[in-house]
Amino acid sequence: MNKPSTARRILTTDLPVLAIVIFAMAPFAWMVLTSLTPTAALNATGVSLSPAGWSLDNYVRLLRQTSFLGNMMDSLIIAAGTVVLGLVVAVTAAYAFSRFRFAGRKLLMLQFLLINMFPVVLLILPLFVLMKNVGILDTHFGLILANATVAIPFAVWMLTSYVGAIPKSLDEAAMIDGCSRLKALWRVVLPLTMPGIISTGIYIFITAWNEYLYALTLGGRNVRPVTVAIQTLIGEYQIEWGLLAAGAVVGAMPATILFLLVQRRLIGGLTQGAVKG
Amino acid sequence: MTVITSPPVSPDMVARAPWSTRLMPYMLLAPAVLVTVFIVFMPMVQAVVTSFYDLILWKPNASRFVGFGNYVKLFADPVFWTSLWNTAIWIGLTVPLQMGLGLITALLLNREFPWRGLARALIIIPWALPSVVIALMWRWIYDPNTGVLNDILIYLSIVQSAVPWLADPSLALYAVIATLTWQGFPFFAVMILAGLQGIPRSQYEAASIDGASAWRQFLHITLPGIAPVLATAGLLRVIWVANSMDVIFVMTGGGPGYSTHTLPLYAFVRARQNLDFGYGTAIAVTFTILLGAIVAVYLARTMREVER
Repeated sequence: MNKPSTARRILTTDLPVLAIVIFAMAPFAWMVLTSLTPTAALNATGVSLSPAGWSLDNYVRLLRQTSFLGNMMDSLIIAAGTVVLGLVVAVTAAYAFSRFRFAGRKLLMLQFLLINMFPVVLLILPLFVLMKNVGILDTHFGLILANATVAIPFAVWMLTSYVGAIPKSLDEAAMIDGCSRLKALWRVVLPLTMPGIISTGIYIFITAWNEYLYALTLGGRNVRPVTVAIQTLIGEYQIEWGLLAAGAVVGAMPATILFLLVQRRLIGGLTQGAVKG
Repeated sequence: MTVITSPPVSPDMVARAPWSTRLMPYMLLAPAVLVTVFIVFMPMVQAVVTSFYDLILWKPNASRFVGFGNYVKLFADPVFWTSLWNTAIWIGLTVPLQMGLGLITALLLNREFPWRGLARALIIIPWALPSVVIALMWRWIYDPNTGVLNDILIYLSIVQSAVPWLADPSLALYAVIATLTWQGFPFFAVMILAGLQGIPRSQYEAASIDGASAWRQFLHITLPGIAPVLATAGLLRVIWVANSMDVIFVMTGGGPGYSTHTLPLYAFVRARQNLDFGYGTAIAVTFTILLGAIVAVYLARTMREVER
């Protein structure tokens, strides 16, 4: 076969890919355009396609008239807290799974895989009752715990495969040199696993930031993460699409930027497990 | 695996310190296991117990044990059957659509072209967006009065008058499915792309020397090559799509009527609006048991890989 000509390549590859990229991007691009159109213009003539009709009016209103910055703070605390809790308990668990062969290992691994599959709805109702009884409903801590139901099993699985990729001989060498198990984990394995730990942490952050149902049910009054706050922008009598769009764009920004920054490594880690089979 | 040398612990070391060595993995696992017991398994047991009670949250004193009463009620509840049917349509359409679109995208991205890296990054964007944002965004696009979708369709004369996508009981479910397809196809695209890149190029070269057409190459090399990825990703997605209700909840709230109720959504709405936790958890437990069959297949597959 000859190498296909450039014209042919454009027709059979570039154009179809462009179509898919547009399909993937268009709804969000439309949201951005909506957020840039002032509400009065939006009601009169619809979304403005030319830069002449754009203004930051909706964003200014978002920051001045709503508690959106405070909501961003709530989201930040919850997402960061979930990352810390998830990683701290998962690192030692992952080390145990990848370095030891012990009775119940398979069962425990299965357990972590299984809880990742539990429907949110099964957990959300009893968690509400339990947290109400303990008195941590509508607190940052409560929402961190709720998000950890997803984060911990995920982190355990990801980190187990990352730690497993580091040769056992390295920590054994450290132990022969006089390190204890825990010291070997801390000094040798942890630094080598850092890239994996960071991408797992970022993935947990994104998931916790984007989480909605727990935030709505277990939080909402004192602690109101952005995902819940965006919905409250809807307005009482008429949907304020301009303001809502501005909130959506700002609320989606942190997770999206993080995602774009680390997507290559992240996808590498996520797909490894599936491809090995 | 890259493990080359030396047995893990020499036999005499085990003899010297048997207990601390043997207990070590359990101690390392303890924090993760304890936390999950408290935040996952206890609530789960609580859910099963609650489902045997008639419990309205704002009158806890009136709570009483009804045994399988909630489950009996469930079987006579027409909304349950509607929701079950909707869940089947929901999974049966969304996952194949996501997979099909993901496969096409992956095949295109696997070709050589200058802006491949950029295209790959941009296509993933729907996956990174919060589901609330996705749901509100598509509500805005579907809006019967000012939505852009109707504008485009009327401009192209595909429809004569504005279609109330989310307000029409016969269309709403499909409109939400379209949104979820959009959200989920990038996941398949990147998974399948990784699978495609694992197929050795030499197989294609050998096939084209033998004169196999592009279609036959796809059928006999590409598809078998990515079959394991398709199966794993497909199962994962079935579970994920079945569980996901946040997009539906924000887009339609289950309406109009019960036309976009899926089982998890019905459980959630029931518990949230009527605070009818007994019946709500009974629906959730039933749904979990139904989903259990698919989860079992997935677990069996994954654990087989772990053993090696």
